[in-house]
Amino acid sequence: MVDQLPPVRPVKAALSPTSVLLRLAGIGAVVAVIATTFFYVNGTLDAERLRPKTLVNALERNNGVHPGYRRNHAKGMCVIGYFESNGNAQPLSRAQVFEAGRTPVVGRFALPSGNPYAPDSSVPIRSLALRFTQSNGQQWRTGMNSMPVFPVGTPEAFYAMLQAGTPDPATGKPKPDAMPAFFAAHPETAAFLQWVKTAKPSASFATESYNGINAFYLVNAAGQRQAVRWGVVPEGQDAAGATAPNDADYLEKDLVQRLSAGPLRWQFNLTLADAGDPINDASKTWPASRKVINAGTLVLQSAQPQNDGECRDINYDPLILPNGVEGSGDPLLAARSAAYASSYLRRTSEVDQLSQEKRP
Amino acid sequence: MSISNKHFAPLARLLHWLMALMIIAMLFIGAGLAASVSERHEWLLNLHKPLGIAILLLVIVRLFVRFTTHQPALPADLPAVQVLAAKLSHVLLYALMFCLPLIGWAMISAAGDPVMLSSSLQLPSILAANPSTFAFLRKAHTYLAYLLFFTVLAHLAAALLHGWVRRDGVLESMVRSKD
Repeated sequence: MVDQLPPVRPVKAALSPTSVLLRLAGIGAVVAVIATTFFYVNGTLDAERLRPKTLVNALERNNGVHPGYRRNHAKGMCVIGYFESNGNAQPLSRAQVFEAGRTPVVGRFALPSGNPYAPDSSVPIRSLALRFTQSNGQQWRTGMNSMPVFPVGTPEAFYAMLQAGTPDPATGKPKPDAMPAFFAAHPETAAFLQWVKTAKPSASFATESYNGINAFYLVNAAGQRQAVRWGVVPEGQDAAGATAPNDADYLEKDLVQRLSAGPLRWQFNLTLADAGDPINDASKTWPASRKVINAGTLVLQSAQPQNDGECRDINYDPLILPNGVEGSGDPLLAARSAAYASSYLRRTSEVDQLSQEKRP
Repeated sequence: MSISNKHFAPLARLLHWLMALMIIAMLFIGAGLAASVSERHEWLLNLHKPLGIAILLLVIVRLFVRFTTHQPALPADLPAVQVLAAKLSHVLLYALMFCLPLIGWAMISAAGDPVMLSSSLQLPSILAANPSTFAFLRKAHTYLAYLLFFTVLAHLAAALLHGWVRRDGVLESMVRSKD
């Protein structure tokens, strides 16, 4: 309750009209400065800044908008399984996932494009995202790719690469000289280009290795930090035919068929950086001689369609990490985290439209 | 104790100014993190979550203090429309201070993400994971944050109007303990 006491106001000299105007202008100035600063910080007054939505808009320009689907790596399948840790990584990380034993996993195999209908043979890259749920409630999410390095090392260069791939409105295709010009202007793409020269679209998700590419720190119980890159290597999977079958969706059929015969296994490996190895640059390889620790086995037991599977509503944000694993200074990690959040909001807003889009 | 009837209790003033700083910082942190792809995004997000929960706890303490301490009267000559604006804007400020952190907590829960305040401090989820619920709450979090920002600006402008133009003691009631 506000008491309605008669105020005892000290007598003050009345303000002149000029003085009132000046004081009102002063109040306006205070408000204007704060509002302008705010709209600079939120990017409205800073048109040049690379924002999460800048990246996601570029992906939509290049691939079209497919409501309900991820804006990148749009075509995929959910997989369910577990990680069987052997305890070997425990001296390096205090994360519960590395204690000997099982941690449940919900994963997703995918193609690296924003088009959910891309033919499986259209790119030589496949990806695998994983979510480990520790019994203490903490999670570890990671997105891995079948290439060993990323083409670029910064979000700015990634955006420039997306721009080079933007279709020309006149032809509906990217300008033919745009991507070569981008690669010429970005020598850091050399390691990726070297790999892609010999890479072929695989006939199976199961026969691929998947690499985390970005570096992270493992932190052990004593607080010691070790920079690592992780990845999975298939265990004794039958090699598929050298060339991909002539069908747009052979990867899904192959995966379902293989899983019906039994679980698929990958070795989970941690590659330890030496002093001087590039920790903050995903476009650079580490020497092959680096020590590799096998931390356990990833076992995938079943697959689900992505439109109603358990992986659909998971944002595989690479910075959702358990205590004992930390992001490195790799600028792509924060950019992925920020852009995934933007894509996730767009597609969760459209989840009801997922079943409605007509396949072209 | 010789605290004038024209001033807020010291604890109320301490909470007001502490939360003013925290909320303004929070609004800028939120705006900055949503518009950044740099390391700043991660750095700001790691500040945003614990600060939000701190604001939620403080607003509960503050509501208790609000209803148990003396509230100075508004000037008797304040026009009725301004009295109404003052009262409604304060209700709105309290409601937003309380709801925004709760919506933030709820939206992280609805995304199925662990609610981590630090690398090891985890809060329970307060909602089941659901994409449509997440999308609704995530948008509400943004729109209500803008509403809070504009309400804070209006509150500041009104306070300065009382202090610099009307000079009626309303600003002083929150700034000082004595005339």
